[in-house]
Amino acid sequence: MEGPLLPVLHAVMARFSYIPKDAIPIIARKLNLSSAEVSGVISFYHDFKKEKVGRHKVQICRSEACQAMGSRELEVHAKKSLKVDFGESTNDDLIFLEPVYCLGNCACSPSVRIDNEIHARVTPSGFDKLISDLRSVNHHKTRNSR
Amino acid sequence: MRKLFIPNDTSAVAMGSNLVANRFEELIKNKSLDIQIIRNGSRGMFWLEPLVEFESDFKRFGFQSVDLSEVESILEFICDDSFDAALNKHPKFLGETESIEYFKKQQRLSFFRSGLGDPLCIDHYSSLEGFTGLKKALEMQPQQIVDEVKNSGLRGRGGAAFPTGIKWQTVLDTAHSKKYIVCNADEGDSGTFADRLLMESDPYQLIEGMIIAGLAVNANQGYIYLRSEYPFAHATLNTAISRCYAEGILGQNVLGKKICFELEVRLGAGAYICGEETSLLESLEGKRGLVRSKPPLPAIEGLFGCPTVVNNVLTLGAISTILCKGSDYYKNYGTGRSRGTLPVQLSGNIKRGGLIEIPFGISLREIVEDFGGGTFSGNPVKAIQVGGPLGAFVDRDKWDTPMDYEAFSAINSMIGHGGIVVFDDQINMFDQARFAMEFCAIESCGKCTPCRIGSTRGLEVLDKISSKKDVEDNLILLEELCDTMEHSSLCAMGGMTPFPVKSAVELYKEDFT
Repeated sequence: MEGPLLPVLHAVMARFSYIPKDAIPIIARKLNLSSAEVSGVISFYHDFKKEKVGRHKVQICRSEACQAMGSRELEVHAKKSLKVDFGESTNDDLIFLEPVYCLGNCACSPSVRIDNEIHARVTPSGFDKLISDLRSVNHHKTRNSR
Repeated sequence: MRKLFIPNDTSAVAMGSNLVANRFEELIKNKSLDIQIIRNGSRGMFWLEPLVEFESDFKRFGFQSVDLSEVESILEFICDDSFDAALNKHPKFLGETESIEYFKKQQRLSFFRSGLGDPLCIDHYSSLEGFTGLKKALEMQPQQIVDEVKNSGLRGRGGAAFPTGIKWQTVLDTAHSKKYIVCNADEGDSGTFADRLLMESDPYQLIEGMIIAGLAVNANQGYIYLRSEYPFAHATLNTAISRCYAEGILGQNVLGKKICFELEVRLGAGAYICGEETSLLESLEGKRGLVRSKPPLPAIEGLFGCPTVVNNVLTLGAISTILCKGSDYYKNYGTGRSRGTLPVQLSGNIKRGGLIEIPFGISLREIVEDFGGGTFSGNPVKAIQVGGPLGAFVDRDKWDTPMDYEAFSAINSMIGHGGIVVFDDQINMFDQARFAMEFCAIESCGKCTPCRIGSTRGLEVLDKISSKKDVEDNLILLEELCDTMEHSSLCAMGGMTPFPVKSAVELYKEDFT
């Protein structure tokens, strides 16, 4: 494979949801790179996390088309209702909140992405509904797995 | 068997089309109706999504913004024998889809297949002239293909508008044992979604264009560098590519000829700057996405130091049309040196947002007022930003400027990738100028000082202005800072961030003082 570092890091992210510190020297050795080079790449890209984050990634689009439809208010509301800032996870480790710059759903803004699902025309109350649905699905999952 | 079309595309799904499709499926099964559901791509009229279509007498009739509660009544209407008369009474009935003004006024070359059928069905693609261009190209010499592209007048649709044929000629003329075709699918500009729509609704068009590019410059490896913000396009492209391998369209023997073309999707990792072509190449090589100095041009020393064609999704898509219908056909659309069609993406605070493919030359006002129908909120339009986050806000007096590359650059603006974002009168333009600087500070690759430091200094100066500290002096300082960034940055990120900032100050001074 040519230029394998990004695909490798994506694969590690998919498995662990972050890049464990211990993985860096292993990746470096296998790809004949220095640990510094691997760390440099991890820190450059927003997708690669150095710390463990909440189970579900919730992204609020901050781009212009979403701002034109109220994403600034949505952002304030989301932070308040989840009691976290961007780049933080909720106390129960269920949700990691972060900004995103365009999801390509600009004609039906504001947009929110939850894991791999994109939601259109998200109002503050619509956001709360998405989050409560997410919590109830997880609640059932946890109970069933017990 | 009757057919029902329910779009499967990021925006349609985001508006609820999967839920609607599930409900239709359930009811059709329960009632044992003889109706087939086809998950088509989107027609790009996103304000109508979920747009459910029904086929009758080879015509397609639409129902707009279908809600779960309306599924049953729609089924009843279309099952009614005298449905022609009955349909008109349904509140969501649109009539014939292709008679909708918004659609009828367009001239679709790149998007003519979009929304017609299952995007992943190779037979469907082939039945609509798919792979005709590739078959022709397989019988041509590389130079003949490059000449066709040159003659078409096609210019790069990513934003820079560089003549595609000239880029290809450079790669063809550069002798090297290994060459690459790289598709720039890092569509990071806010307010743009044409690449996404093409990849999700007509992925084979892009694949075909890339194989033709490979034939034209003697390259046998292609990469699609796709942004990670497009999970749906990622899945669609991967399926499309594996089907092409299975059908012998990609691989060692393209359509049975002794020609090899391999193609792979590579995912970005959330960095706006990787839409800049040299940063993209660094990223593909597995490095930090730092912008390279040019020269050398990527056409001479690109990916892994090899001659590389880097083109946008729409550019490569247009290649299929040009080879299929001939360069003269393509060239006939457009105006001046802007040939062919322009896929405009209308978004933000707008009543009818979506994709509008039209020949170059239409005015901004026609797009926003006639196509868009004014703002979503119903308030007056305050500002229009054209060309993404690095594009200027266009002065109200200039809204009649025809959309072509030269006319827009003459008014210190740019068409870029064709994104138009509309804001109503509730927006504060100071906030938008501040956001432009903030975005640059977050997304700068950090290689050159004007962009890396300038954007942060810009934020500080703007914050002083907002706290009413020496406003006039700081506005002068801001202007000087913008000039520095504009003239001494390495790439368009630092070089063009001043455009939205300066135009906001100039046109909406009241929001700054």
